[in-house]
Amino acid sequence: MNFAHLVTARRNPKGWHWTDIAAYAYLLLGVLLMFGPVLWLILSSFKTQASLLEFPPSLLPMSQKEITVPGYPQPLPLFTVTMEDGTTRELAQVRRVGIQAQMIDPANSGRQLRVPIDKRVPVRQFALATENYTEPLERFAFPQFLANSVFVTVVATLITLLINSMAAYALSIYEFKGKNAAMLMVIGTLMIPITIILVPVYLVVTKLGLVNSLWAVILPGAATPTGVFLLRQYMLTLPRDLIEAARMDKASEWQIYWRIVMPLTLPALAVLTIFSIMWRWNEFLWPLAVLTKTESYTLQIGLNAFQGELQTQWQYLLAMTVMTLTPVAIVFVFLQRFITTGIANTGMK
Amino acid sequence: MAELKLIDIKKSYGAATIIHGVDLAIADGEFVVFVGPSGCGKSTLLRIIAGLEQVSGGEIRIDGQSVTNVAASDRGLAMVFQSYALYPHMSVYKNMAFALENMSLNRTEIDQRVRRAAQMLQLTDYLDRKPKALSGGQRQRVAIGRAIVRDPKIFLFDEPLSNLDAELRVATRKELAALHGEIGGTMIYVTHDQVEAMTLADRIVVLRAGRIEQVGTPLEVYNHPANLFVAGFIGSPRMNLLPARLAGSGQVVIGNDTRPISVPSTGQAASGGNITLGARPEHIDVVDENQADLTITVNLVEQLGGETYLYGSAPGLPELTVRQDGQARYDRNHRVGLRLKREALHLFDADGNAIRIR
Repeated sequence: MNFAHLVTARRNPKGWHWTDIAAYAYLLLGVLLMFGPVLWLILSSFKTQASLLEFPPSLLPMSQKEITVPGYPQPLPLFTVTMEDGTTRELAQVRRVGIQAQMIDPANSGRQLRVPIDKRVPVRQFALATENYTEPLERFAFPQFLANSVFVTVVATLITLLINSMAAYALSIYEFKGKNAAMLMVIGTLMIPITIILVPVYLVVTKLGLVNSLWAVILPGAATPTGVFLLRQYMLTLPRDLIEAARMDKASEWQIYWRIVMPLTLPALAVLTIFSIMWRWNEFLWPLAVLTKTESYTLQIGLNAFQGELQTQWQYLLAMTVMTLTPVAIVFVFLQRFITTGIANTGMK
Repeated sequence: MAELKLIDIKKSYGAATIIHGVDLAIADGEFVVFVGPSGCGKSTLLRIIAGLEQVSGGEIRIDGQSVTNVAASDRGLAMVFQSYALYPHMSVYKNMAFALENMSLNRTEIDQRVRRAAQMLQLTDYLDRKPKALSGGQRQRVAIGRAIVRDPKIFLFDEPLSNLDAELRVATRKELAALHGEIGGTMIYVTHDQVEAMTLADRIVVLRAGRIEQVGTPLEVYNHPANLFVAGFIGSPRMNLLPARLAGSGQVVIGNDTRPISVPSTGQAASGGNITLGARPEHIDVVDENQADLTITVNLVEQLGGETYLYGSAPGLPELTVRQDGQARYDRNHRVGLRLKREALHLFDADGNAIRIR
């Protein structure tokens, strides 16, 4: 089924039923709600500071056309002017005095004209303000922030996968006394949000001398009760016979974990990987607390720096937000099929 | 290869007792089949032997060594699961090699053993396939191969054929018997299918509700069932069990009939007591009504080509099954006289235990 066929699918191929229209209207609304803000963000990230603040706002990034006129060192803004006789001409503005503007014809730079300002309309053109992207990357330490974020995300996700799966294995497959009590404690901690334990954890991190180290961001959140619970539930669905067959095959607990359970838990691990990457990449509060030096900032903290007390540099903030969003979006596109394909083929009858 | 001894094995989950003290000795190289209805504890008993379940009481000895508290992986046994339990992410080769890798054998030894087993089971062409690309019978053979390569002390089979279709089951059953002849290990096999039990076993262990009802060679169990349960369970179609009463020494009266039937001996049972008379379908002849022990009205005739089964009823008796060789013609609602073969009768006392009459 090709794309064109997919987007024109109807209840009855012959005609349009009202449910078709309702369904498409509803879906369109969904698309607008989901993609509208993202599209707005991306388009706005290419606007200059001036056009971001103008009213009414425009959807596309537009800027006023400028022109270089002989005899004037600066490029001059171009306007469409309605003359007294009703004709329109394109003139460049030299300066504005009160409600009058001194204009000049770019073709004939010798003669200046005086025009009331309400008779002129700016000439606008589509222009991408790519400096929104290049300037922060050159002037600020954004590449460093990006590297920090990548390091935190990758290392933290690997550690999370490893220790969460080991805990999940213990809580689902390994037999020991107090298994249920341990499970209850893990679920119990699920309900405590980071904001509540922020201070005690911060004190621990300080005592360990980890403040301003990326490990301070990585380690405290490595064991996520959500991840443990997710993996445990998945491991419980693995056929018991497989584990017992491995036991009969003289496999040690580690071998059962590493060679039997882990490969079969891949779909759940993929889901946790996506979650972990998104959590880590978007994490804000905790890094803000433990990272105080610019060189250890992650992207999210770096973005925060554009938001000053008196002035917010929206154009940079938007551009860098797009930069920050892109990697997770790509990761999600590649890994999301694991969420849907889900259940492993167990090879059992 | 090893011998196994179970001494007073008990197993309970909380208040529910599953196994009530099982004693059993299995000799080296013997093929023993545990058979019984579902829920009789046969699989639990096998899992106890395997070490996958802990006993609540009693002792397990392999070659005289107590292994009661030894972990499953250290008992040196191999098990074939009903679900086959093949590792779905590993190729057939890897499935078979997994245990050997865990035993830290060297590569050439592993390769040799896997290929030998694959050849024995005609799996050589499938070594690179994943289990999901195999048919049921092939998966079954991989599961067996996984056990063979280990060269275990004892093979344990947990209903290994129950997921196969009827034809394949018969073929695999023969292969298993041949395999036992070839490698000759001690094998313990759990099934609820008495045909498998009869055809494969050196000795059958009939279990019911966590107790051993009878242990014996297939024909012993068939010819001399120790009690009503075994008599009814072994043999297909099942044995006709008719209420009867003793009318003096060597005389038995069926149902409300008055004519006594002579049997060789009625042992110690008291005259006038209620007993049960058992006659297998093949031990009943169709005769003229004047020579008959009882007369039935035919309810149903099953023609299997090589044999014919008659199902009929007589007043005061449960439905009777009669086997006739060849293609005998009978009509429904027809009256037929039956005569029981005296030398193949079974008598059971009021408690259900067999009365030795021969």
